Amino acid sequence: MAKHINVALLGNPNTGKTSVFNRLTGLNQKVGNYPGITVEKKQGTAKFGRASTVHILDLPGTYSLNASSLDENVVIELLLNKKDKDFPDVAVVVADVENLKRNLLLFTQIKDLGIPTILSINMADRMKSKAISLDVEQMEKRLNTKIALISSRKNLGFDYLKKLIENYNQLPTKPCLNASNIAPEYFDRLRKAFPNQDLYKLWLVITQDVNFGKLDRNELQGIATFQTESASNLKRMQQRETIVRYQYINEILKETLTIDTANAKDLRSRLDRVLTHKVWGYVIFFSILLLIFQAIFDWSEYPMDFIDRSFAALGEWTKTNLPPGQFTNLISEGIIPGIGGIVIFIPQIAFLFLFISILEESGYMSRVVFLMDKLMRKFGLSGKSVVPLVAGTACAIPAIMATRNIENWKERLITILVTPFTTCSARLPVYLIIIALVIPDIRILGIFSLQALTLMFMYILGFGAAIFSAWVLDKILRIKTKSFFMVEMPNYKLPLPKNVLITMVEKTKAFVIGAGKIILAISIILWVLASYGPGDFNKAESIVAEEYASQNLTPEELDHHVDSFKLEHSYIGKIGHAIEPAVRPLGYDWKIGIALVTSFAAREVFVGTLATIYSVGSDDEQTIKSRMAAEVNPILGGPLFNFASGISLLLFYAFAMQCMSTLAIVKRETNTWKWPMWQLVVMTAIAYVLSLAAYQFLK
Amino acid sequence: MATIASLKKGQRGIIKEFSLEHVPLKLLEMGCLPGNEVKLVQIAPFRDPLYLDINGSHLAIRLETARQIEIDLI
Repeated sequence: MAKHINVALLGNPNTGKTSVFNRLTGLNQKVGNYPGITVEKKQGTAKFGRASTVHILDLPGTYSLNASSLDENVVIELLLNKKDKDFPDVAVVVADVENLKRNLLLFTQIKDLGIPTILSINMADRMKSKAISLDVEQMEKRLNTKIALISSRKNLGFDYLKKLIENYNQLPTKPCLNASNIAPEYFDRLRKAFPNQDLYKLWLVITQDVNFGKLDRNELQGIATFQTESASNLKRMQQRETIVRYQYINEILKETLTIDTANAKDLRSRLDRVLTHKVWGYVIFFSILLLIFQAIFDWSEYPMDFIDRSFAALGEWTKTNLPPGQFTNLISEGIIPGIGGIVIFIPQIAFLFLFISILEESGYMSRVVFLMDKLMRKFGLSGKSVVPLVAGTACAIPAIMATRNIENWKERLITILVTPFTTCSARLPVYLIIIALVIPDIRILGIFSLQALTLMFMYILGFGAAIFSAWVLDKILRIKTKSFFMVEMPNYKLPLPKNVLITMVEKTKAFVIGAGKIILAISIILWVLASYGPGDFNKAESIVAEEYASQNLTPEELDHHVDSFKLEHSYIGKIGHAIEPAVRPLGYDWKIGIALVTSFAAREVFVGTLATIYSVGSDDEQTIKSRMAAEVNPILGGPLFNFASGISLLLFYAFAMQCMSTLAIVKRETNTWKWPMWQLVVMTAIAYVLSLAAYQFLK
Repeated sequence: MATIASLKKGQRGIIKEFSLEHVPLKLLEMGCLPGNEVKLVQIAPFRDPLYLDINGSHLAIRLETARQIEIDLI
């Protein structure tokens, strides 16, 4: 019998929920956003046993059903809304065998909602080494549920978990404990006012607003007329609820769980002694960062060269083998170079995501938060700002979303505002190509490549700009918020290759496809604008022939002059010349000006734009790099990309806010256009002034 | 009056009372409840935040919060 089952995966952060998700779904997953908000939504499908299709939703990690962040709120909204298409038929609570006590708090809350709930205890393979023994049968009886002991590391227990999910309708749905005895009189009043509602659900709906603020939701009828308690009374009741739940859990664990602590060898404390050391901690952190940058620059050189040459050859091949015409030109001059301009950066972006995913999976990131908190606070940031700032080296969008767990609004806002300064992977294409053009390829002390050091410097510059502007913002922003900071220090784990690989593939794919769409569209528009023009454009052949009549040029040379004449008089040429006065003081010609303007959609468009502009009308099999190297400055002569204009461009890309998607996310996260507009104007102004100063000083 | 902030590295205490105004519910949910044991595992450079083991939960909180939670030293 084929059926469709909705499963929700729930659990505390760091219980290995994502590994369980990966084990159950493999590569059949989709990452999207919850409607209306930017919290990541991971879904996957799997086929279990007798052809049941199982739809699995990986919900954000939560400590309880008392929302205090957007992530937690998503979970509660889903569990309270039976009409949601993702509403689970069965909830799987993933718990870590070493943190059962705390994990069970969430479990008992979900159970009280009357949803069939399976307790899946992860990392069961560690029980022996940690001297933990568990009376599963007794625990199942006490918690009124089914328990699956699993290990995603050793791939154990998943067949049983799948079987439990398949037979979810046999699970008991009775609640574990009666929350109403924390304040019988209040709950009586509730029961009388809303006779048809589930009591615990009511309680969650009411208290959610106390902790998190009013939310859009279908209001319960009559809630306005109900005599409510003061917020502080409700808080006290929630405290009592937590205590009651813990008492209940302690009682059960006393009967079912024994831990022989004497036997537990503690790798955590030994590693922590080194990794959070006041000297070695920082040395290790910065060495890791250095290693990442060296890898990005050095190791990815070979696959990148290969991709670069392949695309140049492909463009050439289409041109000679497809029937000549405008459509062939569009493909070979517009689409292929445009796409090539983004595909080439796959190796580097993949490396970056690889490292970030390893740092997060291993539990090291939390130690960095711990190590950096006091330091970051001096700049108005939080230790938790380190994660967005490091993740920002991949992409500002997930980085800004990662600020959600910063509890203090002022620290969070500052982090959101300064994160776009960190060097995201979209800047890499621009940096790499310009560094390769203007910085000599030599090694210092025979080890460090000067080009790699320049790249490293660009990263430090971005980070420095972020820190400095945070410090300024801390001084000028007048926001009073209560500060609270808490970070869990998970046990160290060896990252699962499968998890790291899935993250790397998924994120790289999302990046390439997301940016690819914009680049493809812009490439086509640019090609059209560069291939057509008004007036003189259409008489290019005769005008050029007349002009060079006396010079006895070969047909090839003449063609070349016709092509550049056409480009200059095309629509894009007209636009470029119109904006040239604004970019000339920075050392750029009109072509770079066009690339700069299109880059405001997304930075990585820069290389694609130049690739398209330089490809139009040229039929040599050449890489974009060699074409850029051959460009001549129309006024001063000499190469267009020289040290002065190169540095100026690097600075412009380091500081300017050129990413529409980031602006959209900032708007969403701050709920106003004020902050994204502020970023756009201020960052671009800083970029312009610094580039101007650099070029004028260096030229 | 001893608080979590007065613990020395490796030292333990039993959590006493604290005001809900200053200690958020989140911390209670992590096991920071009256009667539970707390141990100071590590102190970050510049003496803040503190890395604690509260009732089996390993977490870091800032000094200002730690000062709000009274304990009995053991």
